[in-house]
Amino acid sequence: MSDIVDRPNAPDNAPSNTRKPISTSSEWTFDLIREYDEAIAECAREFGLDTYPNQVEVISAEQMMDAYSSVGMPVGYHHWSFGKQFLNTAKGYQRGQMGLAYEIVINSNPCIAYLMEENTLPMQALVIAHACYGHNSFFKGNYLFRTWTDASAIIDYLVFARNYVAECEERYGLDAVEQIIDSCHALMNYGVDRYKRPPPISASEEARRQKEREEYQQRRINDLWRTIPKLDDDENSVKSQRRFPEEPQENLLYFIEKNAPLLETWQREIIRIVRKLGQYFYPQRQTQVMNEGWATFWHYTLLHRLYEKGLVNDGFMLEFLQSHTAVVYQPPFNSPWYSGINPYTLGFSMFTDLRRICEHPTDEDREWFPDIAGSNWVETLHFAMHNFKDESFIQQFLSPKVMRDLKLFSIENDDQEDHYTVTAIHDDPGYRPLREKLARQYNLSYREPNIQVWNVDVRGDRSLTLRHIPVDRVPLAEDTEEVVRHVHRLWGFDVHLESVDEGTVVEEYHCPPPDFEDIDGH
Amino acid sequence: MGTTHIVDRRLNGKNKSAVNRERFLRRYRHHIKKAVADAVHKRSITDVERGESVSIPTRDIDEPVFHHGQGGRREMVHPGNQDFIAGDTIPKPEGGGGQGGGPGQASPDGEGMDEFAFQITQEEFLDFLFDDLELPNLARKKLKDTEAFKYVRAGFTNQGIPAKLDVVRSLRGAHARRLGLGGARRKKIRDLEKQLEELKSAPEELDAAFSHEDQIKAVEEEIARLKANVRRIPFIDEIDLRYRQHVKQPKPATSAVMFCLMDVSGSMTQMHKDIAKRFFILLYLFLKKNYKKIEVVFIRHHTSAKEVDEEEFFYSRETGGTIVSSALKLMQKIIESRYSPSEWNIYAAQASDGDNWNDDSPVCGKLLANQILPLVQYYAYVEITPQDHQMLWYEYEKIMERFPQSFAMQQIADPGEIYPVFRQLFERKAA
Repeated sequence: MSDIVDRPNAPDNAPSNTRKPISTSSEWTFDLIREYDEAIAECAREFGLDTYPNQVEVISAEQMMDAYSSVGMPVGYHHWSFGKQFLNTAKGYQRGQMGLAYEIVINSNPCIAYLMEENTLPMQALVIAHACYGHNSFFKGNYLFRTWTDASAIIDYLVFARNYVAECEERYGLDAVEQIIDSCHALMNYGVDRYKRPPPISASEEARRQKEREEYQQRRINDLWRTIPKLDDDENSVKSQRRFPEEPQENLLYFIEKNAPLLETWQREIIRIVRKLGQYFYPQRQTQVMNEGWATFWHYTLLHRLYEKGLVNDGFMLEFLQSHTAVVYQPPFNSPWYSGINPYTLGFSMFTDLRRICEHPTDEDREWFPDIAGSNWVETLHFAMHNFKDESFIQQFLSPKVMRDLKLFSIENDDQEDHYTVTAIHDDPGYRPLREKLARQYNLSYREPNIQVWNVDVRGDRSLTLRHIPVDRVPLAEDTEEVVRHVHRLWGFDVHLESVDEGTVVEEYHCPPPDFEDIDGH
Repeated sequence: MGTTHIVDRRLNGKNKSAVNRERFLRRYRHHIKKAVADAVHKRSITDVERGESVSIPTRDIDEPVFHHGQGGRREMVHPGNQDFIAGDTIPKPEGGGGQGGGPGQASPDGEGMDEFAFQITQEEFLDFLFDDLELPNLARKKLKDTEAFKYVRAGFTNQGIPAKLDVVRSLRGAHARRLGLGGARRKKIRDLEKQLEELKSAPEELDAAFSHEDQIKAVEEEIARLKANVRRIPFIDEIDLRYRQHVKQPKPATSAVMFCLMDVSGSMTQMHKDIAKRFFILLYLFLKKNYKKIEVVFIRHHTSAKEVDEEEFFYSRETGGTIVSSALKLMQKIIESRYSPSEWNIYAAQASDGDNWNDDSPVCGKLLANQILPLVQYYAYVEITPQDHQMLWYEYEKIMERFPQSFAMQQIADPGEIYPVFRQLFERKAA
């Protein structure tokens, strides 16, 4: 793909090599960072990138490790799992296995990006272009982020969450709080509303409403669990007719928060906090390829623009290109370094190719993308960035050329066969199925097991039944038992999880295990 | 298009993760304690004072979430095709099961292979090492018992002896006073000088009655008066003087002395001494956690006792019989001459293989009971022998009955028992 990539990318006017480079040394100073930022901002403006204001924070390597281990939250509640993350990061860094430089950027308004003090000046410029203009404009523009997160409120909310958790620790003890958070983390990916938009989170609103909720919730839960049946004569039919919940629920944490019989109010609040954070990270999990691809495309394009303007010299470009190449390297499937498709590579290749299709369409492109071949590339790229997530972006824009360049192929692995089958490759009959399969690979509901709240035995033993619907007979992993135990801790009564494939139960998990129930005489 | 705000955060606290790290250690303290106990056995004697690498099986610290397992039918897209075409089949590797399944899933049958390894610091190492242990009889040394005092700084005072005069403070005070007293007048002088200048440069009036002469004179006089005033402000005054103040504070006894007594007679082999040394090192580290200042006195003995340095204590060889009381007598003498019990917390640990001249053992008992135990915080005796006890052990048992608070004894047969025995000796006792 190098022929696409190395083209000069002047959008309108011819390069003016008359200006002096901003700097020639690789040592950075605050003044130089500011100058680079202004120059990059100017280029970003030329390409119509719309961003939140930036807050660039220069930090040390140790601080970067802190930032890593709190999954990118600038403030977070305390939990051992973040400590584990920290130890892991520190170990990797000290052994030199891991570079820390690239990026941490936070979807907030202003958009916070970290620069590490150890970076050379070209690296600082690269991170500024990548994070402060690439990711930042993605956060501001992509529909998922616009719908599901509120950049201006997140920091306040995190502060609220940390204080609340700390207060609970003081009142109820570290262990009690830790247990609840452990269980919530186990279900964090199942604490997300996929289809309805949650109200924006805000710290002050949250604090104000928390009191209100306390009273209301308890009342509601009491209603649900009222032990005296209303209609004695009709009990059986009531039982068979009315299920609870009436429709299966996909947001397990929400369901538990609202309906678990025995939870204390503070425990419900903690569930809520973890749920809100899960919701906040939900768009990121669905836009990895796009988000990284977009940021990589723009750091590449913006820094080349600087070069065209004569603001950076060859040495700068060589250092930048070396990092850039490392980032977009895709080891082939049979390489010892292969660990799946590199989202940077895929995203960068797709955006780059999208631009090519707009600017220099071939016959193939006209056939595959009649709407965009020959269109204004800046507008088309923005349209793609605004309105898609990984799954639909690939489905819509993965071109035959990218499939050829990356030499994509798909392999089927069926446990009922004694061989793998190559189902499609980068050739004419293969393009469409390949594109579909790759898109599906980025569909969260395909990547994660589909598990929903199926039933609660309201009148009986109060047990909670979850239902897993397997796709292509793929079973749940071995540690499912553990997760069910966490659900049990939150729910407080028996929890059952059944895998139901086309109407038959293929696998069951119970907590507590059924043997004990038998002994108890159930 | 927004504006960019650049912040230097490098001076902000860097240990944001300290609490989370501490939470992690807290959660896995049992694993870590075990690793630490193992490390004590394995380590060579000289490097107890560093951190330790701890590893925990990954499965114990996994955070489970719902995810897909092996099996079923699935398709994955991969890059880098070389010569596959659609419809090719590739035989599955023998017994390997379904490889190439879900993205990034670790094989679950790699049991025990994956360890989560991390470093703990020396301080944390010692914390875990001595967790739940305490120094016996710490309470005995109350503040009121101490006769030692020390002087600590307590700010400044305006009375004192010349030796404690703080020149900088005093001059600073004087400077401030001079500014305070003279400032207004100096300002006035400046104003008047300006006025004078203007008067002098103004064109001379023709009419003598309106001449500036008088005004100039009046201004000049006023300036002279003010200048004299300012000059009279003393450069330094009694009220400027500041003296450093010190107050007497009772000094808590935070220093400890540790007596290491060891039998070096012919029956003590290097293996015995090794065990003894490890025991002494544990005690030393433990004391170090509790006291700022520790001195160590090494006494070795066969038929006669001698105070020696560490090197000689552990590594020189002697032969001959054993008279334990000689060491006890020497220890008592050293306490009398150098370590007044009012200022020092005294600990003693004695290691021996149990050999003693039978006639000597009752003497030891008496010495301990009457002379030594009243002076020391704690006396620990370890007998390094796999064999039956001799006279000395039975004599000491009587002592333990009489002084359960300050005397303890244990037997060590092999190196693995050092740490458990140490723990037993210093276990936190229910109040």
